[in-house]
Amino acid sequence: MPVRVQTQDFDAGREIAALRGSDARVGAVASFIGVVRDHHDGDQVSAMFLEHYPGMTERELDKICAEARSRWDVYDTLVVHRVGEMRPTDQIVLVAVTSAHRGEAFAACEFIMDYLKTRAPFWKREQTPDGSRWVEARTTDDDAAARWTASAAPST
Amino acid sequence: MRFTVLYLARLRDALGCGNEQVELPESSTVATLIDSLRGRGGAWASELAAGRAVRVAVNQEMTDIAAALRDGDEVALFPPVTGG
Repeated sequence: MPVRVQTQDFDAGREIAALRGSDARVGAVASFIGVVRDHHDGDQVSAMFLEHYPGMTERELDKICAEARSRWDVYDTLVVHRVGEMRPTDQIVLVAVTSAHRGEAFAACEFIMDYLKTRAPFWKREQTPDGSRWVEARTTDDDAAARWTASAAPST
Repeated sequence: MRFTVLYLARLRDALGCGNEQVELPESSTVATLIDSLRGRGGAWASELAAGRAVRVAVNQEMTDIAAALRDGDEVALFPPVTGG
């Protein structure tokens, strides 16, 4: 259940191979990679800076992965999240999950991403032609995370 | 009692302050702290006004304004998160 926050890029193939290791129970690996776009809300984005809250970030990611493992029958989870300066096409985040079957792996991977986006203390600041601005949180991310709660009341 | 307050991301830029030591009476809560900060006026009053989306963590655990504070706590105030 590794969780890492780092400035350097990652090699998804190598990360996933390490996560699987020689675990012959694994029949499915689901993964997600988030990437820096060159546009946001109609504006060009030339660079992005990611800040986090060291210490709390790792704890929150650990909690989210533990929650995923308690909800689905998965063997292992991995989160690698970058911080610092990035450019369009750069990788930001990798989430990978191993399980016996695809259904559990897909669901746990999506759950981790949805919770990461609403709970892990990361903030994006993007560089546009008008200068640098902090990215505002999206209510669609809250809606995505709320789908996973038992009494998924519509958010108001 | 005395504790550390961190301001992160957009909130740090808006307030022009990254962290500080704050002194408050015993049995204060996060709400007491925010009231006291608003009392400084200017950006403090507008950024921390009721209805603004401000999240709070005490000792690196998400909590809410009713949380009690203890001497030596680390309180962090920040905007809704935007990672991933």
